[in-house]
Amino acid sequence: MDVLEITHVSKTFGKKKIIEDLSFSVPEHSVFGFIGENGAGKTTTMRMILGLLRKDQGQILVNGERVVYGQNRTNRYIGYLPDVPEYYGFMTPGEYLRLCGRVTGMEEKEIDKQSERLLELVGLAHQEKRIRGFSRGMKQRLGIAQALLNRPKLLICDEPTSALDPAGRKEILDILSSVRRHTTVLFSTHILSDVERICDEVAFLHQGSIALRGTMEEVKAARRGGGYEVEFFSPRDADTFAEVFREGRRTDRAVLRYDGRTEADMLQALRFLADRGIPVQRIELLEPSLEALFMEVIGK
Amino acid sequence: MTAWRAFTGKEFLEAVRTGKLALLLLVFLMLGIMNPAVAKLTPWLIESMAESMEETGLSVAATEVNAMSSWVQFYKNAPMALIIFALMFGGILTGEYQRGTLINIVTKGLARWKILAAKALALLAFWTGGYWLMFGLTWGYTVYFWDSVGIFHPVFGAFCVYLLGIWLISLLLLGSGIFRSGAAVLGMAGAGFVLSYLLGLIPAVRDFVPTRLLEASVLLTGAAAPEDFLFAAAAAGLLVIGNLLVAVVCFDQRPLS
Repeated sequence: MDVLEITHVSKTFGKKKIIEDLSFSVPEHSVFGFIGENGAGKTTTMRMILGLLRKDQGQILVNGERVVYGQNRTNRYIGYLPDVPEYYGFMTPGEYLRLCGRVTGMEEKEIDKQSERLLELVGLAHQEKRIRGFSRGMKQRLGIAQALLNRPKLLICDEPTSALDPAGRKEILDILSSVRRHTTVLFSTHILSDVERICDEVAFLHQGSIALRGTMEEVKAARRGGGYEVEFFSPRDADTFAEVFREGRRTDRAVLRYDGRTEADMLQALRFLADRGIPVQRIELLEPSLEALFMEVIGK
Repeated sequence: MTAWRAFTGKEFLEAVRTGKLALLLLVFLMLGIMNPAVAKLTPWLIESMAESMEETGLSVAATEVNAMSSWVQFYKNAPMALIIFALMFGGILTGEYQRGTLINIVTKGLARWKILAAKALALLAFWTGGYWLMFGLTWGYTVYFWDSVGIFHPVFGAFCVYLLGIWLISLLLLGSGIFRSGAAVLGMAGAGFVLSYLLGLIPAVRDFVPTRLLEASVLLTGAAAPEDFLFAAAAAGLLVIGNLLVAVVCFDQRPLS
Protein backbone atom coordinates (compact mmCIF):
# COMPACT_ATOMS: atom_id res chain seq x y z
CA MET A 1 0.00 0.00 0.00
CA ASP A 2 1.15 3.54 -0.68
CA VAL A 3 1.42 5.82 2.33
CA LEU A 4 1.70 8.87 0.15
CA GLU A 5 0.18 9.49 -3.26
CA ILE A 6 0.72 12.67 -5.20
CA THR A 7 -1.17 13.10 -8.46
CA HIS A 8 -0.83 15.94 -10.96
CA VAL A 9 0.11 18.57 -8.42
CA SER A 10 1.12 22.05 -9.59
CA LYS A 11 2.20 25.13 -7.71
CA THR A 12 3.16 28.60 -8.86
CA PHE A 13 4.62 31.45 -6.84
CA GLY A 14 3.72 34.64 -8.64
CA LYS A 15 4.68 33.93 -12.22
CA LYS A 16 7.23 31.28 -11.38
CA LYS A 17 6.17 27.71 -11.78
CA ILE A 18 7.78 25.73 -8.97
CA ILE A 19 5.97 22.41 -9.31
CA GLU A 20 4.51 21.24 -12.59
CA ASP A 21 2.23 18.22 -12.88
CA LEU A 22 4.07 16.28 -10.19
CA SER A 23 3.01 12.68 -9.59
CA PHE A 24 4.61 9.98 -7.50
CA SER A 25 3.82 7.63 -4.66
CA VAL A 26 5.73 6.26 -1.72
CA PRO A 27 5.20 2.60 -0.74
CA GLU A 28 5.03 1.58 2.89
CA HIS A 29 8.19 0.77 4.86
CA SER A 30 10.62 2.18 2.38
CA VAL A 31 13.22 4.88 2.69
CA PHE A 32 12.40 7.16 -0.19
CA GLY A 33 15.04 9.60 -1.38
CA PHE A 34 13.73 12.81 -2.85
CA ILE A 35 16.60 14.28 -4.79
CA GLY A 36 17.00 17.62 -6.47
CA GLU A 37 19.13 20.73 -6.70
CA ASN A 38 18.54 23.62 -4.36
CA GLY A 39 15.39 25.32 -5.52
CA ALA A 40 14.05 22.30 -7.41
CA GLY A 41 10.86 22.39 -5.31
CA LYS A 42 11.58 19.74 -2.68
CA THR A 43 10.61 21.86 0.32
CA THR A 44 7.60 23.25 -1.51
CA THR A 45 6.35 19.72 -2.19
CA MET A 46 6.84 18.69 1.42
CA ARG A 47 5.02 21.71 2.74
CA MET A 48 2.09 20.97 0.44
CA ILE A 49 1.97 17.40 1.78
CA LEU A 50 1.78 18.89 5.28
CA GLY A 51 -1.00 21.30 4.32
CA LEU A 52 1.23 24.29 5.10
CA LEU A 53 1.12 25.55 1.53
CA ARG A 54 -1.82 25.72 -0.84
CA LYS A 55 -1.47 23.73 -4.07
CA ASP A 56 -2.88 25.13 -7.29
CA GLN A 57 -3.92 21.81 -8.78
CA GLY A 58 -3.89 18.09 -8.18
CA GLN A 59 -4.45 15.85 -5.24
CA ILE A 60 -2.36 14.61 -2.34
CA LEU A 61 -3.38 11.54 -0.35
CA VAL A 62 -1.75 10.59 2.93
CA ASN A 63 -2.68 7.10 4.09
CA GLY A 64 -5.61 7.32 1.72
CA GLU A 65 -6.97 10.61 3.10
CA ARG A 66 -7.01 13.88 1.19
CA VAL A 67 -4.77 16.71 2.39
CA VAL A 68 -6.65 20.00 2.79
CA TYR A 69 -4.73 23.28 3.06
CA GLY A 70 -4.97 24.97 6.46
CA GLN A 71 -6.40 21.82 8.04
CA ASN A 72 -4.22 19.23 9.64
CA ARG A 73 -6.19 16.04 10.01
CA THR A 74 -3.85 14.09 7.77
CA ASN A 75 -0.89 15.33 9.78
CA ARG A 76 -1.68 12.82 12.48
CA TYR A 77 -0.11 10.19 10.21
CA ILE A 78 2.96 12.30 9.58
CA GLY A 79 6.09 13.11 11.51
CA TYR A 80 7.91 16.12 10.11
CA LEU A 81 11.48 17.23 10.51
CA PRO A 82 11.90 20.70 8.93
CA ASP A 83 15.20 21.66 7.31
CA VAL A 84 16.07 23.98 10.15
CA PRO A 85 14.00 22.75 13.08
CA GLU A 86 13.12 25.46 15.58
CA TYR A 87 11.96 24.84 19.11
CA TYR A 88 11.11 26.79 22.21
CA GLY A 89 14.58 27.53 23.51
CA PHE A 90 13.40 27.94 27.08
CA MET A 91 12.37 24.29 27.35
CA THR A 92 14.38 21.14 27.97
CA PRO A 93 14.11 18.30 25.40
CA GLY A 94 11.86 16.32 27.74
CA GLU A 95 9.52 19.28 28.24
CA TYR A 96 9.37 19.90 24.53
CA LEU A 97 8.46 16.30 23.75
CA ARG A 98 5.78 16.44 26.45
CA LEU A 99 4.28 19.53 24.79
CA CYS A 100 4.40 17.81 21.39
CA GLY A 101 2.82 14.65 22.79
CA ARG A 102 -0.03 16.54 24.42
CA VAL A 103 -0.61 18.61 21.30
CA THR A 104 -0.92 15.41 19.25
CA GLY A 105 -3.33 13.98 21.79
CA MET A 106 -1.18 11.14 23.10
CA GLU A 107 -1.79 9.60 26.51
CA GLU A 108 0.53 10.67 29.30
CA LYS A 109 1.87 7.17 29.83
CA GLU A 110 2.57 6.77 26.15
CA ILE A 111 4.31 10.16 26.07
CA ASP A 112 6.59 9.11 28.94
CA LYS A 113 7.41 5.81 27.32
CA GLN A 114 8.04 7.20 23.85
CA SER A 115 10.02 10.22 25.09
CA GLU A 116 12.35 8.02 27.06
CA ARG A 117 12.83 5.59 24.20
CA LEU A 118 13.36 8.27 21.55
CA LEU A 119 15.66 10.48 23.60
CA GLU A 120 17.72 7.36 24.17
CA LEU A 121 17.67 6.58 20.43
CA VAL A 122 18.90 10.04 19.42
CA GLY A 123 21.38 10.25 22.27
CA LEU A 124 19.73 13.04 24.23
CA ALA A 125 18.64 11.05 27.29
CA HIS A 126 19.18 12.76 30.64
CA GLN A 127 19.81 16.04 28.87
CA GLU A 128 18.57 18.68 31.30
CA LYS A 129 20.06 21.60 29.39
CA ARG A 130 17.58 23.98 27.78
CA ILE A 131 17.30 23.73 24.00
CA ARG A 132 18.67 27.27 23.58
CA GLY A 133 22.20 25.96 24.18
CA PHE A 134 21.98 23.09 21.68
CA SER A 135 24.25 22.63 18.66
CA ARG A 136 22.87 22.17 15.14
CA GLY A 137 23.38 18.41 15.36
CA MET A 138 21.64 18.14 18.72
CA LYS A 139 18.69 20.13 17.38
CA GLN A 140 18.51 17.89 14.35
CA ARG A 141 18.49 14.79 16.57
CA LEU A 142 15.80 16.27 18.81
CA GLY A 143 13.95 16.98 15.57
CA ILE A 144 13.89 13.29 14.74
CA ALA A 145 12.71 12.43 18.25
CA GLN A 146 9.79 14.86 18.06
CA ALA A 147 8.93 13.70 14.55
CA LEU A 148 8.75 10.04 15.63
CA LEU A 149 6.94 10.72 18.89
CA ASN A 150 3.43 9.73 17.83
CA ARG A 151 4.62 6.71 15.82
CA PRO A 152 3.85 8.28 12.43
CA LYS A 153 3.19 6.17 9.37
CA LEU A 154 5.20 8.63 7.31
CA LEU A 155 8.30 10.48 8.42
CA ILE A 156 9.14 13.48 6.27
CA CYS A 157 12.65 14.89 6.62
CA ASP A 158 13.67 18.00 4.76
CA GLU A 159 17.41 17.90 4.10
CA PRO A 160 18.15 16.41 7.50
CA THR A 161 21.89 16.10 6.90
CA SER A 162 22.76 19.20 4.88
CA ALA A 163 24.01 21.36 7.69
CA LEU A 164 25.89 18.71 9.60
CA ASP A 165 29.50 17.57 9.79
CA PRO A 166 30.34 13.99 8.64
CA ALA A 167 29.98 12.51 12.13
CA GLY A 168 26.63 14.20 12.67
CA ARG A 169 25.47 13.06 9.23
CA LYS A 170 26.33 9.47 9.93
CA GLU A 171 24.38 9.58 13.21
CA ILE A 172 21.28 10.95 11.52
CA LEU A 173 21.47 8.45 8.65
CA ASP A 174 21.89 5.56 11.07
CA ILE A 175 18.84 6.68 13.02
CA LEU A 176 16.76 7.10 9.86
CA SER A 177 17.67 3.70 8.56
CA SER A 178 16.97 2.10 11.95
CA VAL A 179 13.38 3.38 12.04
CA ARG A 180 12.35 1.98 8.65
CA ARG A 181 10.85 -1.11 10.29
CA HIS A 182 8.16 1.00 11.97
CA THR A 183 7.64 3.80 9.53
CA THR A 184 8.11 5.01 6.00
CA VAL A 185 10.72 7.69 5.47
CA LEU A 186 10.55 10.36 2.79
CA PHE A 187 13.71 12.35 2.85
CA SER A 188 14.93 15.11 0.62
CA THR A 189 18.54 15.85 -0.02
CA HIS A 190 21.09 16.99 -2.50
CA ILE A 191 23.84 14.91 -0.89
CA LEU A 192 23.94 11.84 -3.11
CA SER A 193 26.13 9.65 -0.96
CA ASP A 194 23.46 9.85 1.76
CA VAL A 195 20.90 8.54 -0.68
CA GLU A 196 23.11 5.66 -1.77
CA ARG A 197 23.67 4.78 1.85
CA ILE A 198 20.10 4.35 3.04
CA CYS A 199 17.45 4.71 0.33
CA ASP A 200 15.40 1.91 -1.23
CA GLU A 201 13.72 4.14 -3.76
CA VAL A 202 14.61 7.45 -5.27
CA ALA A 203 13.00 10.17 -7.33
CA PHE A 204 14.88 12.97 -9.03
CA LEU A 205 13.01 16.22 -9.01
CA HIS A 206 14.03 18.55 -11.77
CA GLN A 207 12.30 21.77 -12.83
CA GLY A 208 9.21 20.93 -10.84
CA SER A 209 8.57 17.40 -12.01
CA ILE A 210 10.01 13.91 -11.61
CA ALA A 211 12.78 13.32 -14.10
CA LEU A 212 13.61 9.78 -13.01
CA ARG A 213 12.34 7.42 -10.36
CA GLY A 214 12.46 3.81 -9.20
CA THR A 215 14.32 1.56 -6.82
CA MET A 216 18.03 2.19 -6.50
CA GLU A 217 18.75 -0.85 -8.68
CA GLU A 218 16.26 0.14 -11.35
CA VAL A 219 17.51 3.67 -11.54
CA LYS A 220 21.07 2.58 -11.86
CA ALA A 221 20.25 -0.17 -14.37
CA ALA A 222 18.32 2.27 -16.51
CA ARG A 223 21.55 4.01 -17.29
CA ARG A 224 24.55 2.56 -19.06
CA GLY A 225 27.20 0.68 -17.09
CA GLY A 226 29.76 2.57 -15.17
CA GLY A 227 32.76 0.76 -16.67
CA TYR A 228 35.69 -0.90 -14.98
CA GLU A 229 39.09 -0.05 -13.57
CA VAL A 230 42.31 -2.09 -13.47
CA GLU A 231 45.28 -1.45 -11.18
CA PHE A 232 48.54 -3.10 -12.24
CA PHE A 233 51.68 -3.80 -10.25
CA SER A 234 53.86 -1.90 -12.68
CA PRO A 235 53.31 0.88 -15.22
CA ARG A 236 54.87 -1.40 -17.84
CA ASP A 237 52.05 -3.94 -17.48
CA ALA A 238 49.61 -1.10 -17.82
CA ASP A 239 51.29 -0.06 -21.08
CA THR A 240 51.01 -3.56 -22.49
CA PHE A 241 47.34 -3.73 -21.61
CA ALA A 242 46.64 -0.28 -22.99
CA GLU A 243 48.09 -1.22 -26.34
CA VAL A 244 45.33 -3.76 -26.84
CA PHE A 245 42.55 -2.10 -24.93
CA ARG A 246 42.69 1.42 -26.23
CA GLU A 247 40.40 4.31 -25.19
CA GLY A 248 41.30 3.78 -21.57
CA ARG A 249 42.13 6.63 -19.26
CA ARG A 250 45.22 6.70 -17.04
CA THR A 251 44.01 7.78 -13.65
CA ASP A 252 47.34 6.91 -12.03
CA ARG A 253 50.74 5.57 -13.18
CA ALA A 254 49.55 1.97 -13.05
CA VAL A 255 45.79 2.46 -13.12
CA LEU A 256 43.61 2.32 -16.22
CA ARG A 257 39.98 3.25 -16.29
CA TYR A 258 37.41 2.29 -18.95
CA ASP A 259 34.23 4.32 -18.63
CA GLY A 260 30.88 3.16 -19.92
CA ARG A 261 31.88 -0.50 -20.36
CA THR A 262 29.71 -3.47 -19.48
CA GLU A 263 30.37 -6.59 -17.45
CA ALA A 264 31.03 -8.52 -20.69
CA ASP A 265 33.74 -6.03 -21.57
CA MET A 266 35.39 -6.62 -18.23
CA LEU A 267 35.27 -10.40 -18.64
CA GLN A 268 37.03 -10.02 -21.95
CA ALA A 269 39.74 -8.01 -20.26
CA LEU A 270 40.08 -10.66 -17.56
CA ARG A 271 40.53 -13.33 -20.20
CA PHE A 272 43.26 -11.29 -21.85
CA LEU A 273 45.06 -10.78 -18.54
CA ALA A 274 44.92 -14.51 -17.78
CA ASP A 275 46.14 -15.49 -21.24
CA ARG A 276 49.08 -13.13 -21.10
CA GLY A 277 49.80 -13.91 -17.47
CA ILE A 278 49.71 -10.28 -16.41
CA PRO A 279 49.15 -9.99 -12.67
CA VAL A 280 46.88 -7.24 -11.40
CA GLN A 281 46.57 -5.74 -7.98
CA ARG A 282 42.89 -4.97 -8.43
CA ILE A 283 40.19 -5.09 -11.09
CA GLU A 284 36.85 -3.55 -10.30
CA LEU A 285 33.48 -3.11 -11.97
CA LEU A 286 32.44 0.51 -11.50
CA GLU A 287 28.84 1.15 -10.59
CA PRO A 288 27.20 4.09 -12.28
CA SER A 289 27.37 6.75 -9.61
CA LEU A 290 24.30 8.63 -8.56
CA GLU A 291 26.33 11.73 -9.09
CA ALA A 292 26.71 10.94 -12.79
CA LEU A 293 23.01 10.15 -13.04
CA PHE A 294 22.14 13.37 -11.33
CA MET A 295 24.27 15.38 -13.71
CA GLU A 296 22.69 13.56 -16.63
CA VAL A 297 19.20 14.28 -15.32
CA ILE A 298 19.77 17.97 -14.85
CA GLY A 299 21.53 18.09 -18.21
CA LYS A 300 24.95 19.33 -17.18
CA MET B 1 -8.74 20.37 25.22
CA THR B 2 -5.53 18.74 26.49
CA ALA B 3 -3.74 20.04 23.42
CA TRP B 4 -5.00 23.56 23.99
CA ARG B 5 -4.17 23.44 27.69
CA ALA B 6 -0.65 22.22 26.94
CA PHE B 7 -0.06 25.05 24.49
CA THR B 8 -1.50 27.62 26.89
CA GLY B 9 0.76 26.24 29.59
CA LYS B 10 3.69 26.79 27.25
CA GLU B 11 2.74 30.48 26.95
CA PHE B 12 2.89 30.95 30.71
CA LEU B 13 6.09 28.93 31.07
CA GLU B 14 7.63 31.09 28.35
CA ALA B 15 6.63 34.32 30.11
CA VAL B 16 8.12 33.05 33.36
CA ARG B 17 11.36 31.61 31.96
CA THR B 18 12.14 34.46 29.59
CA GLY B 19 11.60 36.92 32.44
CA LYS B 20 8.79 38.76 30.65
CA LEU B 21 6.32 38.17 33.43
CA ALA B 22 8.74 39.49 36.06
CA LEU B 23 9.43 42.56 33.92
CA LEU B 24 5.73 43.17 33.39
CA LEU B 25 4.97 42.96 37.09
CA LEU B 26 7.91 45.20 37.94
CA VAL B 27 6.85 47.88 35.45
CA PHE B 28 3.23 47.86 36.56
CA LEU B 29 4.33 47.85 40.19
CA MET B 30 6.38 50.96 39.57
CA LEU B 31 3.57 52.65 37.67
CA GLY B 32 1.17 51.83 40.49
CA ILE B 33 3.40 53.29 43.17
CA MET B 34 4.37 56.31 41.07
CA ASN B 35 0.83 57.67 40.85
CA PRO B 36 0.37 58.44 44.57
CA ALA B 37 4.10 59.10 45.02
CA VAL B 38 4.16 61.84 42.41
CA ALA B 39 1.07 63.40 43.99
CA LYS B 40 2.62 63.15 47.45
CA LEU B 41 5.96 64.59 46.39
CA THR B 42 4.67 67.47 44.26
CA PRO B 43 4.22 69.99 47.13
CA TRP B 44 7.62 69.12 48.51
CA LEU B 45 9.24 69.54 45.10
CA ILE B 46 7.57 72.86 44.51
CA GLU B 47 8.50 74.07 47.95
CA SER B 48 12.13 73.18 47.44
CA MET B 49 12.16 75.02 44.18
CA ALA B 50 10.16 77.98 45.46
CA GLU B 51 13.16 79.64 47.06
CA SER B 52 15.23 79.73 43.92
CA MET B 53 12.22 80.77 41.93
CA GLU B 54 11.53 83.68 44.26
CA GLU B 55 15.01 84.92 43.57
CA THR B 56 14.09 85.16 39.91
CA GLY B 57 10.94 87.04 40.84
CA LEU B 58 8.39 84.27 40.52
CA SER B 59 6.18 83.63 43.47
CA VAL B 60 4.76 80.19 43.96
CA ALA B 61 1.56 79.57 45.80
CA ALA B 62 1.39 76.53 48.02
CA THR B 63 -0.24 73.67 46.16
CA GLU B 64 -2.71 71.41 47.79
CA VAL B 65 -2.79 67.75 46.86
CA ASN B 66 -5.47 65.24 47.64
CA ALA B 67 -6.79 61.86 46.53
CA MET B 68 -7.87 63.36 43.22
CA SER B 69 -4.27 64.36 42.39
CA SER B 70 -3.25 60.73 42.74
CA TRP B 71 -6.10 59.54 40.50
CA VAL B 72 -5.31 62.20 37.92
CA GLN B 73 -1.81 60.70 37.76
CA PHE B 74 -3.34 57.24 37.35
CA TYR B 75 -5.27 58.28 34.25
CA LYS B 76 -2.26 60.16 32.91
CA ASN B 77 -0.18 57.00 33.17
CA ALA B 78 -2.83 54.62 31.82
CA PRO B 79 -1.87 55.20 28.16
CA MET B 80 1.74 54.54 29.15
CA ALA B 81 0.70 51.20 30.63
CA LEU B 82 -1.11 50.30 27.41
CA ILE B 83 1.89 51.24 25.28
CA ILE B 84 4.35 49.28 27.43
CA PHE B 85 2.04 46.26 27.33
CA ALA B 86 1.76 46.46 23.54
CA LEU B 87 5.52 46.77 23.13
CA MET B 88 6.18 43.81 25.38
CA PHE B 89 3.61 41.46 23.88
CA GLY B 90 3.00 42.78 20.35
CA GLY B 91 5.27 40.06 18.94
CA ILE B 92 3.70 37.16 20.79
CA LEU B 93 2.59 35.51 17.54
CA THR B 94 4.77 37.14 14.87
CA GLY B 95 7.86 36.17 16.86
CA GLU B 96 6.82 32.57 16.42
CA TYR B 97 6.33 33.00 12.65
CA GLN B 98 9.79 34.43 12.36
CA ARG B 99 11.48 31.76 14.44
CA GLY B 100 9.45 29.05 12.73
CA THR B 101 8.46 27.46 16.04
CA LEU B 102 4.79 27.09 15.09
CA ILE B 103 5.46 24.74 12.18
CA ASN B 104 6.10 21.80 14.47
CA ILE B 105 3.06 22.54 16.56
CA VAL B 106 0.72 22.98 13.60
CA THR B 107 2.00 19.91 11.79
CA LYS B 108 1.34 17.96 14.96
CA GLY B 109 -2.31 18.76 14.54
CA LEU B 110 -3.08 21.68 16.87
CA ALA B 111 -5.92 23.62 15.22
CA ARG B 112 -4.85 27.15 14.49
CA TRP B 113 -7.72 28.80 16.30
CA LYS B 114 -6.56 27.07 19.44
CA ILE B 115 -3.17 28.72 19.08
CA LEU B 116 -4.88 32.10 18.90
CA ALA B 117 -7.10 31.22 21.83
CA ALA B 118 -4.07 30.25 23.92
CA LYS B 119 -2.32 33.52 23.08
CA ALA B 120 -5.50 35.47 23.82
CA LEU B 121 -5.89 33.86 27.22
CA ALA B 122 -2.25 34.46 28.11
CA LEU B 123 -2.43 38.12 27.08
CA LEU B 124 -5.66 38.57 28.98
CA ALA B 125 -4.14 37.04 32.10
CA PHE B 126 -0.99 39.19 31.89
CA TRP B 127 -2.99 42.37 31.32
CA THR B 128 -5.43 41.53 34.10
CA GLY B 129 -2.64 40.76 36.56
CA GLY B 130 -0.50 43.74 35.68
CA TYR B 131 -3.30 46.27 35.42
CA TRP B 132 -5.10 45.42 38.63
CA LEU B 133 -1.77 45.30 40.44
CA MET B 134 -1.17 48.86 39.28
CA PHE B 135 -4.71 49.87 40.24
CA GLY B 136 -4.50 48.14 43.61
CA LEU B 137 -1.29 49.90 44.57
CA THR B 138 -2.55 53.30 43.51
CA TRP B 139 -5.84 52.73 45.29
CA GLY B 140 -4.21 51.43 48.48
CA TYR B 141 -1.75 54.29 48.84
CA THR B 142 -4.35 56.87 47.90
CA VAL B 143 -6.75 55.66 50.56
CA TYR B 144 -3.90 55.52 53.05
CA PHE B 145 -2.58 59.03 52.42
CA TRP B 146 -5.72 61.01 51.74
CA ASP B 147 -9.36 61.24 52.53
CA SER B 148 -11.35 59.73 49.70
CA VAL B 149 -14.48 61.77 50.23
CA GLY B 150 -15.69 63.16 46.91
CA ILE B 151 -14.16 60.40 44.76
CA PHE B 152 -16.84 58.64 42.77
CA HIS B 153 -16.69 55.28 40.99
CA PRO B 154 -12.93 54.62 41.19
CA VAL B 155 -13.40 50.94 40.37
CA PHE B 156 -15.75 51.45 37.43
CA GLY B 157 -13.43 54.13 36.09
CA ALA B 158 -10.53 51.73 36.28
CA PHE B 159 -12.64 49.05 34.63
CA CYS B 160 -13.13 51.31 31.61
CA VAL B 161 -9.38 51.52 31.01
CA TYR B 162 -9.09 47.77 31.66
CA LEU B 163 -11.65 47.14 28.94
CA LEU B 164 -9.69 49.38 26.60
CA GLY B 165 -6.69 47.13 27.29
CA ILE B 166 -8.71 44.11 26.20
CA TRP B 167 -9.60 45.94 23.02
CA LEU B 168 -5.87 46.55 22.51
CA ILE B 169 -5.21 42.81 22.96
CA SER B 170 -7.79 41.98 20.30
CA LEU B 171 -6.12 44.49 17.95
CA LEU B 172 -2.72 42.89 18.57
CA LEU B 173 -4.13 39.45 17.77
CA LEU B 174 -5.92 40.71 14.67
CA GLY B 175 -2.69 42.32 13.46
CA SER B 176 -0.84 39.07 14.18
CA GLY B 177 -3.33 37.15 12.06
CA ILE B 178 -2.68 39.47 9.13
CA PHE B 179 0.95 40.63 9.27
CA ARG B 180 4.31 38.92 9.53
CA SER B 181 6.25 41.46 11.54
CA GLY B 182 5.83 42.70 15.07
CA ALA B 183 6.28 46.29 13.91
CA ALA B 184 3.31 45.97 11.56
CA VAL B 185 1.21 44.57 14.40
CA LEU B 186 2.07 47.53 16.62
CA GLY B 187 1.42 49.88 13.72
CA MET B 188 -1.99 48.38 13.22
CA ALA B 189 -2.87 48.65 16.92
CA GLY B 190 -1.66 52.26 16.88
CA ALA B 191 -3.76 52.96 13.79
CA GLY B 192 -6.78 51.49 15.58
CA PHE B 193 -6.32 53.91 18.46
CA VAL B 194 -5.75 56.91 16.20
CA LEU B 195 -8.83 56.07 14.13
CA SER B 196 -10.92 55.70 17.25
CA TYR B 197 -9.60 58.99 18.60
CA LEU B 198 -10.29 60.84 15.35
CA LEU B 199 -13.82 59.44 15.15
CA GLY B 200 -14.26 60.57 18.74
CA LEU B 201 -13.77 64.16 17.62
CA ILE B 202 -17.12 63.98 15.82
CA PRO B 203 -19.73 64.82 18.44
CA ALA B 204 -22.34 62.43 17.02
CA VAL B 205 -20.20 59.31 17.49
CA ARG B 206 -18.11 60.52 20.43
CA ASP B 207 -19.90 58.28 22.93
CA PHE B 208 -19.51 55.16 20.80
CA VAL B 209 -15.75 54.89 20.26
CA PRO B 210 -13.50 52.74 22.46
CA THR B 211 -10.96 55.49 23.19
CA ARG B 212 -13.74 57.39 24.96
CA LEU B 213 -13.02 54.96 27.81
CA LEU B 214 -9.72 56.74 28.46
CA GLU B 215 -11.67 59.78 29.62
CA ALA B 216 -13.15 57.81 32.49
CA SER B 217 -11.39 60.08 34.99
CA VAL B 218 -14.33 62.47 34.75
CA LEU B 219 -16.36 59.80 36.54
CA LEU B 220 -14.31 60.33 39.65
CA THR B 221 -15.22 63.98 40.08
CA GLY B 222 -18.87 63.16 39.59
CA ALA B 223 -18.97 65.18 36.36
CA ALA B 224 -20.18 62.10 34.49
CA ALA B 225 -22.15 59.00 35.37
CA PRO B 226 -21.20 55.38 34.56
CA GLU B 227 -24.14 55.27 32.11
CA ASP B 228 -22.31 57.81 29.95
CA PHE B 229 -19.66 55.20 29.22
CA LEU B 230 -21.91 52.24 28.60
CA PHE B 231 -22.08 52.71 24.84
CA ALA B 232 -18.32 53.02 24.52
CA ALA B 233 -17.87 49.91 26.69
CA ALA B 234 -20.40 47.97 24.62
CA ALA B 235 -18.73 49.11 21.40
CA ALA B 236 -15.34 48.00 22.71
CA GLY B 237 -16.81 44.62 23.70
CA LEU B 238 -18.35 44.08 20.26
CA LEU B 239 -15.15 45.12 18.53
CA VAL B 240 -13.17 42.67 20.64
CA ILE B 241 -15.39 39.80 19.49
CA GLY B 242 -15.27 41.00 15.87
CA ASN B 243 -11.49 41.40 15.90
CA LEU B 244 -10.97 37.93 17.31
CA LEU B 245 -13.27 36.31 14.75
CA VAL B 246 -11.51 38.03 11.86
CA ALA B 247 -8.16 37.12 13.38
CA VAL B 248 -9.11 33.42 13.41
CA VAL B 249 -10.20 33.52 9.76
CA CYS B 250 -7.02 35.34 8.66
CA PHE B 251 -4.72 33.14 10.70
CA ASP B 252 -6.29 29.99 9.23
CA GLN B 253 -5.52 31.17 5.72
CA ARG B 254 -1.95 32.34 6.12
CA PRO B 255 1.01 30.30 4.94
CA LEU B 256 3.35 29.54 7.81
CA SER B 257 6.51 29.08 5.85
